[in-house]
Amino acid sequence: MESYAATGLVRRYGDHVANDGIDLVASAGEVFGLLGPNGAGKTTLVRMLVGLLRPDAGSIRLVGRPLDRALVAAAVAYLPQADVAVADLSVRRAVETTAVLRGLRRHGARAAAAALLEELHLGEVADQPVGSLSGGQRRLAAFATVLAGERPVLVLDEPTTGLDPLARRAVWAAIERRRSERAASVLLVTHNVLEAETVLDRVAVLNNGRVIACDTPGRLKAGVGDVLRLELVWREEPPVYEPAVADLARLATVTGRRWSLRLPAAEARAALGAITAGPALEALDDFTLATPSLEDVYLQLGAAAPGLERV
Amino acid sequence: MSDPRLGVRPSFAAATGAVYTAQLARARVARVPLLFVAAFQSIGIMLLLKGIAAHHDTLTGRQIVAGATVLVTAFVCLNLLAQRIGALRAEGGLDHYAALDVPGPAVALGAAGSYATLTVPGAVVTALVGCALFDLPYRGLWILVLVLPLAGASLAGVGTLLGLLAPRAELATVAGQLGMTVVLFLGLIPGERLPIVLRGVRAVVPSTYAVDALAATFRRRVDWQGVVVDLVVCLAVAVASLALAGAVFRRSVR
Ligand SMILES: Nc1ncnc2c1ncn2[C@@H]1O[C@H](COP(=O)(O)OP(=O)(O)O)[C@@H](O)[C@H]1O
Ligand SMILES: [Mg+2]
Repeated sequence: MESYAATGLVRRYGDHVANDGIDLVASAGEVFGLLGPNGAGKTTLVRMLVGLLRPDAGSIRLVGRPLDRALVAAAVAYLPQADVAVADLSVRRAVETTAVLRGLRRHGARAAAAALLEELHLGEVADQPVGSLSGGQRRLAAFATVLAGERPVLVLDEPTTGLDPLARRAVWAAIERRRSERAASVLLVTHNVLEAETVLDRVAVLNNGRVIACDTPGRLKAGVGDVLRLELVWREEPPVYEPAVADLARLATVTGRRWSLRLPAAEARAALGAITAGPALEALDDFTLATPSLEDVYLQLGAAAPGLERV
Repeated sequence: MSDPRLGVRPSFAAATGAVYTAQLARARVARVPLLFVAAFQSIGIMLLLKGIAAHHDTLTGRQIVAGATVLVTAFVCLNLLAQRIGALRAEGGLDHYAALDVPGPAVALGAAGSYATLTVPGAVVTALVGCALFDLPYRGLWILVLVLPLAGASLAGVGTLLGLLAPRAELATVAGQLGMTVVLFLGLIPGERLPIVLRGVRAVVPSTYAVDALAATFRRRVDWQGVVVDLVVCLAVAVASLALAGAVFRRSVR
């Protein structure tokens, strides 16, 4: 069964086409991702999927039925990208209220809130207003409200943006638990490549309002071919008078003292060998040689990927 | 239609109750100083007008105390609520309720009810101080039990509408303040002394009926029939404006 099936979704803002004919199918029980840089159209798409924005064209089915508000409320828990509605409530109250609005009785809601605060390690800030917390904890509290009331489909718009690595892992673990123990379906928006590779079963890669690729992260990366990413960090001015370095200088993307290169695997190994064997090693601070990431998928497909995060 | 995994929806009462308690909790933290401001403002106005009003002008005295009391409610339910709803809407905060598919009237009623509740202490204090100042009988003040919720609900309905309909958040704030100013002027001046044009305006402002109901109970012989009519008008405006606000809320999200 499918959790979501969308065909031909188009949404314009004036002349600007934010979603330009999007098709996607997410299976029940899978963690399906939307990856794309800022402005790719992810939030627009997600807001249509939860019935908050009317598509200019196209249709959406949710758990096999045509989308409507009541069905969304019964089937979906949605985490908006910006959550201000609960900012003035204490963390506990925010989670409890959301649970009641998802149909739990008071005492059930209270128990659910207590369990969620414990699961996400929010116990210490339970009685503080959500809006007074640090950015990361605030996002975590908003995430807790999404899990209240147990909906079978979770739609999460950038749930981990601004979280520290520990909190981010807590979110990933909570998502995985919902999926493995309760067969929840998850639609997760991210502009973080590491997150996409870590938690997604399948990912639709968005660029300029279109899906430019859709597959498992592993297969997408395999499709990039036999290339490696070589990163060089220089301690001092790179010795460009060395022929081995000069060759790379022309191909590298330079950010300060960091050079980044995508090369066919054999060339990448040879280049690294030449540099580390010669006098240039003196000037080299650090280097890494890595297999392709989803970021390379972007470059491969000819899309710009400036807004993507790697860590 | 019977997928066992689909969640249940709360009853209308439960949804309203959840919004009400949540809003009350947040307002208790954020709004208490503003509530004092509302009561101080009204008491200040009464003191000022006491200095100006002629001795033994009991008509004016009744009107001032009733108007100043309802003004406390208007400050919170009209002004602050319009501001709050406008800000929530501008920041996308209404998405939270819309995606939960909370019935619009439940959101409006819950928010309105909590704001109205908050005004009770300030309004009661204002009424008591006013009675002492203008030498009015206290025995009719029990009517506040009806006047405050009804005035609160009808003004909050209007406040919610202003917040939802204003094109921008700042305009919602301005509209709320203007609304409160209207309540202030039309509430404090006895209807009989207004120019004919303004009497028409007075008749369509919902707070008028709350003010008149309260003012009537300060008379030596209370016209209970008139009081009941005024309160029924308040109730009708409250129901209509909250239902309308609920409908507008559903549509304003897209
Ligand atoms: N309400 C709006 N009015 C006008 N343009 C908008 C609006 N919302 C989004 N956009 C534009 O649509 C594009 C896609 O935005 P969005 O869906 O938020 O992308 P993402 O979530 O991937 O960052 C962007 O260029 C953005 O500026
Ligand atoms: Mg977005």
